[in-house]
Amino acid sequence: MKASLNIRRSAPERWERYEVPFEPGQTVLDGLRWIRVHHDPGLAIRFSCINANACKECMIQVDGKTVYACTTRLAEREMRLEPLPNKALVKDLVTEIAAPDERL
Amino acid sequence: MQTDVLVIGSGGAGMYAALAAAREGARVLLVDRSLIGRGGATVMAQMTVAVAVGEEEPDHWEHHLADTLKAGRGLCDPALSQLLCEDGPECIRQMDAWGVGWAQSNGHLAQVHAPGHDRKRCVYVDFLNTGPAVSKTLRARVQRTPEIRRVGDLLVTELAIEDSRCTGAHTVHLPTGEAVPIAAKATIVATGGLTRLYARNSGSLNMGGDGYALALQAGAQLVDMEFVQFFPIGHLAPRLVGMDPIMWDPFRYKLGGRLLNSGMHEFLPEEGRYTSARDLATYAILKEVEAGRGSPHGGAWLSFRHCSEAELRAAFGPVIDRLAANGIDLTRQAIEVAPIAHYHMGGVRVDADMRTGVPHLFAAGEAVGGANGANRLSGNAITEALTFGRRAGQRAAALAKATAMPVVKAQGFNGSRPDLNPAAEIAALQAVMNRDVGPLRSAAGLERALRHVDAPSFELPAPGPGLDPEWIDLHDLSSMRLVARCVARAALARTESRGAHQREDFPQTSDAWQKHQSVSREG
Repeated sequence: MKASLNIRRSAPERWERYEVPFEPGQTVLDGLRWIRVHHDPGLAIRFSCINANACKECMIQVDGKTVYACTTRLAEREMRLEPLPNKALVKDLVTEIAAPDERL
Repeated sequence: MQTDVLVIGSGGAGMYAALAAAREGARVLLVDRSLIGRGGATVMAQMTVAVAVGEEEPDHWEHHLADTLKAGRGLCDPALSQLLCEDGPECIRQMDAWGVGWAQSNGHLAQVHAPGHDRKRCVYVDFLNTGPAVSKTLRARVQRTPEIRRVGDLLVTELAIEDSRCTGAHTVHLPTGEAVPIAAKATIVATGGLTRLYARNSGSLNMGGDGYALALQAGAQLVDMEFVQFFPIGHLAPRLVGMDPIMWDPFRYKLGGRLLNSGMHEFLPEEGRYTSARDLATYAILKEVEAGRGSPHGGAWLSFRHCSEAELRAAFGPVIDRLAANGIDLTRQAIEVAPIAHYHMGGVRVDADMRTGVPHLFAAGEAVGGANGANRLSGNAITEALTFGRRAGQRAAALAKATAMPVVKAQGFNGSRPDLNPAAEIAALQAVMNRDVGPLRSAAGLERALRHVDAPSFELPAPGPGLDPEWIDLHDLSSMRLVARCVARAALARTESRGAHQREDFPQTSDAWQKHQSVSREG
């Protein structure tokens, strides 16, 4: 099975589409990690606990809805991935989500 | 930046160290490569915290110590094990006073009986919420302590050393790529373990052994590096999302459960109870798989089909709904489990004051080697994080009082970008470590792994500008290869089997090997 992830990239601002192979049950975060290993290690995503829904770091928008990439399942269609719209953009899908008094 | 005490890593050990140092009057800088209090291993703990508070039945820390030493298969550093067991009750009661919410039964703290303990000793927070509750409680305390400054997204690339004494750290601010030197009168490494070296692991992304590489390069010793604990019943199939792979541990505490081979026979002498130590269960599962009696995905079956829906709900409430959302009904189906890299018994060598061999450099938590010998008891990791964090924080603060502020100058990077995809190289390293430096080892496999991780080293180029994920992976690849070499070499040299280190070519435990191996920097 294949999902098509259409990702909003920054610097320069653009959309990039990747075909990602997957097995049922796999997640959007699995797809993003696959892209970094197979195509572009420069793709910026933020995550820590990988799959446990413990760290709450991988929040992005999928098809306009705010979700955790690690608990959203890949589907056999095009999925649109964007950074959170209400946070300052750091790079690609990474936004500034740290508390203001925990930044440099 | 300048501080009295620099704490690197904001898991349980780091946050407790920061609180202890601040309480002694030190100004503290708490840094993390990820967000404060969200990464690391503590937040992912599912259930047990071993501590002789004696609420469920009479207990004493000496009984806890006896069990810890026994589980460590003759290799515990008794002074460190004692610190864990003796100071544990005070830290756990402190957490209780701070409102962590340990589970209660009949007006006292509930304690369960975990494998390897001689009695009911493990406190927990329902449901599968121990780690998040401990992290959240410490985070709230740290936030309310004005002496502690917290900075996330700061990656330590090197400890600053002046006249062989630690004077702080060189860091990179990840969102900008800017070099940020930190001068500190005392520094505590609380970066956790090395589970990320393995493809199948139960840790966070930032558990790549950073602290081992930093301490080694600064001149400290690492000890017992070959002892990596594999949690025997990590989730294998069907695919679960939004749940930690070690979640079946609490299920077995409360409900027993049957570990079965492909013929649906129990292959450990458990009779539905959760009694086997982690090293023995890991070995038994892999031997069943090797004999062709594994489950379809190469593990074992774990069945709770003896439990009714009502029993499952009473024990795990909302977790049953999360399982249903993953298509799993435990009253009807067994799930598949297999060993997963979970914890590292080895680490930075310290004395009972958490001092490394490098003056002004301390370590705390899983980053420390020795308290758990060749095999860690269930429930000892959080207790170790809190007790060692507290001790390190107190001692670092006391030392800082008698120390003048050092000067640390910014340091550049001289390397050029190697022509490789570091994300792919990290994935390759994890696959090799999983296959050849996992729970079952042989000289041939370990040598094969060493050929892989001995790849030519490269000097780090400058990062950025801006967030540079490829550079972060380059940093991690370099550091992970160094740590992987330490693990594989120590495993190759230890020609016996003991605890978590099982050699197929040397299956016996040897009295001559009841000793530690240590690693230090050349020259």
